[in-house]
Amino acid sequence: MNKMNPTPSQDEAPDSAARKAWMSVLAKSNPKDLNAAITAYGALPAFDWLRRPEIGGVMVRGRMGGTGTAFNLGEMTATRCSLRLETGEVGHAYVQGRDTRHAEQAAIVDAMMQGANASTVQETIVTPLADGLASERVKRAEKAAATKVDFFTMVRGED
Amino acid sequence: MYVAVKGGERAIDNAHAWLAEERRGDPSVAELSVAQIREQLALAVNRVMTEGSLYDPDLAALAIKQARGDLIEAIFLIRAYRTTLPRIGHSRPVETETMLCDRRISATFKDVPGGQVLGPTFDYTHRLLDFKLAADGEAMAAQMAAPRLESTPHVTEFLNKEGLIQTEDRSEDTPPDLTREPMELPANRALRLQALARGDEGFVLSMAYSTQRGYGNSHAFVGELRIGKVAVELDIPELGFAIEIGEVELTECETVNKFAGSKIEPPQFTRGYGLTFGQTERKAISMALVDRALRSKELGVEMSNSPAHDEEFVLYHCDNIQATGFLEHIKLPHYVDFQSEMELVRKMRAEIFAAQHKEAAE
Repeated sequence: MNKMNPTPSQDEAPDSAARKAWMSVLAKSNPKDLNAAITAYGALPAFDWLRRPEIGGVMVRGRMGGTGTAFNLGEMTATRCSLRLETGEVGHAYVQGRDTRHAEQAAIVDAMMQGANASTVQETIVTPLADGLASERVKRAEKAAATKVDFFTMVRGED
Repeated sequence: MYVAVKGGERAIDNAHAWLAEERRGDPSVAELSVAQIREQLALAVNRVMTEGSLYDPDLAALAIKQARGDLIEAIFLIRAYRTTLPRIGHSRPVETETMLCDRRISATFKDVPGGQVLGPTFDYTHRLLDFKLAADGEAMAAQMAAPRLESTPHVTEFLNKEGLIQTEDRSEDTPPDLTREPMELPANRALRLQALARGDEGFVLSMAYSTQRGYGNSHAFVGELRIGKVAVELDIPELGFAIEIGEVELTECETVNKFAGSKIEPPQFTRGYGLTFGQTERKAISMALVDRALRSKELGVEMSNSPAHDEEFVLYHCDNIQATGFLEHIKLPHYVDFQSEMELVRKMRAEIFAAQHKEAAE
């Protein structure tokens, strides 16, 4: 299933579904790619911290048998932060790993996506990152597909 | 007589300095970078993340470097670091059905939707040393074929459609967390799975092997083994919805065991489950076999006194950090303990010799 463009569930407003999608893209992107996309965009607005980047752990849960009751599998590192742009928009970031710069840039872009330049930000930052993630998935899937077994039946000399 | 002693600071400092020098090895050989370990010793990194119970490839690689390749020492470092992290929250249970599979095989069905995908496996290699790796050589490039991007259904779901396999109950209860509360027995299945997931690979492997050899006999098939990345979704309290904060690579193993039926259940297949971080399939298969063995009581099947059926034995001995902590502490100074033992043995010997002497004299 393609997780790049999640469809909104019933309890989510359409705009929160869009925000969920871009926040997920920003979190899953390689920090280097995010930084490059931001550099390509140009100057970023000034901001004040609401919550400075904080590194912590998220307990990852699995399901028994893949489909059953939840259990705690183990933790992963994650970093979160919140900030307010000088134009007033509030941005949040929750990203895997311990890269505080990644969290900061993701939160700035999240805030900018709610502002007047949202369509430019989408075009120059979010869409290229989403495309990059999608093409990485395709590349991996292509390698996996090459290792798929083709069974064939030997001709039996019974008749 | 007890004499308090201090000392050893200089010896300890010098031992640590020498350790650092030995860790570096011959300075004419290039130093290993953490990125090299992360990229080129990925299966060691995966084991450290799984048993350290913390998914962070860079940290695991650093721990392996610091521990000079001693993986249990590296796991110890990760566990210690983990305790310093504030808990941001817990993810929604990962949906392994949506996994983009690098590898997906079934030993029970040849023709399954999605097919048998071998992935980057050691299986079918001849286990002959490859001396080309000792020379500098270019790696072979992976081949490509038309990709499959839709999700791959679980094999056990096919058995489920016929009612041939026991179904997994699904509840949204908060699972117990042994990093928050000490493990209490009897443990429910959620707690057992958490303990086994971070348990020592060697221990869990041996327990699984013992069930195959007849200690708590149950014959397992690998219904499915899959490896790949899944998205991790976290509910964001400020926003009131969940986002994907990243992806983790997982190995998932589902085993199926024949069950002859009981007074209340018709004959069917029962299930064991293994889930681990990274590409760690030996561990995931072992975990599934031991999970199934520990379910014997609740399933009402083949109970025995075998170690793998003994929840207390398995769960209290599977953690290599607890085990190594207790085991290795006996090399630390026990001068006073031992002195009292020596006094006791001397006294007992003296009493016996005195009695023998008296007997001989009579």
